[in-house]
Amino acid sequence: MSDELKYLSDRVARGLMDRRAFMGRAAALGAGATLAGSMLSSAAFAAGPQKGGILKAGMVGGESTNSLDPATFASQVPFAFGRSWGDTLVETSPTGGVVNRLAEEVSATADARVWTFKIRSGVTFHNGKTLTAADVVATLQRHSGEETKSGALGIMRGIETISQDGNNVVVALKNPNADLPYLMADYHLIIQPNGGMDAPDAGIGTGPYKVVVNEPGVRYVGERFADYWDAPNRGHADQIEIIVINDATARTAALQGGQVHMINRVEPKIVDLVKRVPGVTIQNVGGRGHYVFIMHCNTAPFDNNDLRLSLKYAMDREQMVDKILRGYGSIGNDMPINAAYPLFDEGIEQRAYDPDKAKFHFKKSGHDGPVLLRTSDVAFPGAVDASQLYQESCQKAGITLEIKREPGDGYWSEVWNKQPFCTSYWGGRPTQDQMYSTAYLSSADWNDTRFFDERFDKLLLEARAELDLAKRKELYSAMGTIVRDEGGLITPMFNDFIDAVSDKVAGYAVDPGAELMNGYALTKAWMA
Amino acid sequence: MSPAILKLIAQRLALGILLLLAVSVLIFVGTELLPGDVAQAILGQTATPEALANLRAELGLNDPAYLRYFDWLGGVLTGDLGTALSNGQNISEALGKRLSNTLFLAMWAAIISVPLAILLGLVAVQHRNGFIDKLISATTLTSISLPEFFIGYLLVYFIAVELQWVPSVSTVYDGMGFADRMSAIALPCATLTLVVLAHMMRMTRAAILNVMQSAYIETAELKGLSPFRIILRHAFPNAIAPIVNVVMLNLAFLVVGVVVVEVIFVYPGMGQYLVDHVSKRDIPVVQACGMIFAAVYISLNIVADIVAIIANPRLRHPK
Repeated sequence: MSDELKYLSDRVARGLMDRRAFMGRAAALGAGATLAGSMLSSAAFAAGPQKGGILKAGMVGGESTNSLDPATFASQVPFAFGRSWGDTLVETSPTGGVVNRLAEEVSATADARVWTFKIRSGVTFHNGKTLTAADVVATLQRHSGEETKSGALGIMRGIETISQDGNNVVVALKNPNADLPYLMADYHLIIQPNGGMDAPDAGIGTGPYKVVVNEPGVRYVGERFADYWDAPNRGHADQIEIIVINDATARTAALQGGQVHMINRVEPKIVDLVKRVPGVTIQNVGGRGHYVFIMHCNTAPFDNNDLRLSLKYAMDREQMVDKILRGYGSIGNDMPINAAYPLFDEGIEQRAYDPDKAKFHFKKSGHDGPVLLRTSDVAFPGAVDASQLYQESCQKAGITLEIKREPGDGYWSEVWNKQPFCTSYWGGRPTQDQMYSTAYLSSADWNDTRFFDERFDKLLLEARAELDLAKRKELYSAMGTIVRDEGGLITPMFNDFIDAVSDKVAGYAVDPGAELMNGYALTKAWMA
Repeated sequence: MSPAILKLIAQRLALGILLLLAVSVLIFVGTELLPGDVAQAILGQTATPEALANLRAELGLNDPAYLRYFDWLGGVLTGDLGTALSNGQNISEALGKRLSNTLFLAMWAAIISVPLAILLGLVAVQHRNGFIDKLISATTLTSISLPEFFIGYLLVYFIAVELQWVPSVSTVYDGMGFADRMSAIALPCATLTLVVLAHMMRMTRAAILNVMQSAYIETAELKGLSPFRIILRHAFPNAIAPIVNVVMLNLAFLVVGVVVVEVIFVYPGMGQYLVDHVSKRDIPVVQACGMIFAAVYISLNIVADIVAIIANPRLRHPK
């Protein structure tokens, strides 16, 4: 407990968490009494969760094409609704740790190759069935089978066998991985009866809310599940509702008009206006998501490291955070990792805008003529503006950047991961290992910078099996430095998650994992 | 009704069906031409190659295009619109809900806007070139000149946020009371009315003014009939054809052209449903929506044609 508090106060000191959020977390941790003299006590927390009411969220990120099958989850609304009707084996905590949920105990062999999850007893599904280890095994198998189209397939690939041992589920890996619990916290891996083999999109889980209305792209309603196993801590409102409001103005208006109690994705350019609305609070948190400019390291002219370096030095990061994120974010360092990750090395030197160095490396690369960048506003909000700012900062370094605007429709299939230089974004992953294995390992599924580096691959596998945290941190630091200095990634900024919440809601505590308290806002917060 | 008219109607209907078939081919070709791939669009940026291949096989995307088209056509002819590729929902069911929402909104917008437009048109003719005429024209033309999203946002800001009379979010759902439903659609309905009013009103005004130049209107005036009676009884029936044409065009717009309004007010109609499925390359749904839109458009135009013919004795009795 005190470690967590220390960690939190450290984050406040580093500016990663604001005081308000810190006090919220501290109170939630039960530190309210001891620290009462030095902090305002939050009335809402002092009173504890209130049961009752209807809690409503207005969210962007839902389409009429969505399904309740967790394997297909790819946007924010199914993700957040999934958190309400289902549970995973474990969860990541707002402080970056792992919390046991449907797994009561998690243990591993000394080499971190074989993991045992003891399944919680007395948990029932919405259909009345009792949760068993067999359900868990079936779920994991459904997401990792040959036939699967699950979004979690990438992280399940390292698993060799999944087996049941009485009340335990035993997961044997092909290679040791100290981060396995983090992988099991993936939002696709909602435990379903018989793994959802019979009816993947039935919306039957063990979560605090039963699915009552499922109108994809329009509205979802959940009703409190009477037999929820963790009732004191989750599922405070009698009913929850998600209204899909993809238009930013409509979303803000709905919050102002009191039709919803919280919204996700407040645009940075209107945050200051929303702050002035009475009865509404902005909740922002620095997360692991980042906006990127990616170059293919194996395609001319980007196969030349000097050219890559020159383009990295030509990026004015401060300006990007200032103009594109309006300050709601932090600068990046050309690697996909920031301080929101466990075991981040603060000591790696921050790359700054340096037109002279950019000019030097550009000359040294021998490249002549303009560099073509493809972009579209679907890459990230403000991507086209960011590209134009980048064009100007490149110009000052004598580099001519040509911008080609691509249609947003089809950008992810035709441009990203196909064209050698384009804008994109990453949502981040819970651990460094997962982020690096997803996109930077030579054999990664989405190696969108075409980065093939043997030293890096070796370090990654070594770090994965390393249980000594200090040593692991060193290994990650070395990997980050390689990507920073030799990779094809330009990371100008890490964006904040910005939610807006009505004063009628209590118990709101930001989570760097994702927006709306990592998707748990509807189940963890309550009506004041 | 004379056999000539019945024959004419039958001809129009047959032509309409042929047109629908042509539209279905066009839509299919259009969706095939779109860049990108259904499986990629459905699974998103983070899909693995295996997952993509599995999904493609499952959806039958490896079959040649013409086979998929005839498969689909066969289904439609037997009344089966199929299931959505993206989430496996039954299309008829999901679409039925959306369609009835769209028609509900369009109906109320039409119930308010059509009589209002025609009445305003008649009033404007009566006071032609006077202050009232100019006021009506200026107001309606202003509202049609503003983009609909702007009108929508203005209404949201003043009526929903500042005054809080009605909600800004127009989500309607099953089991919603009639009063709630009406208050939910108040703003989109008002927006649509403002958007379509001017067109119909101006057309009414112009068509009637045109007729007002005729000799028989002068005769009516000389008989001493009241001006409004002349407009309503003598001028209006003869101006009905162009008016009906414009009314039908606007009704079609109310059904097929309201995506922007749906997005602003978060109204679960067909427009948003179609857009979502286009971006996922969900061809069966796009086809079904396209067919419905085309059918609405074609049938409203047929109605306009037929009304025009019935209203005009010269067309009714061709030599």
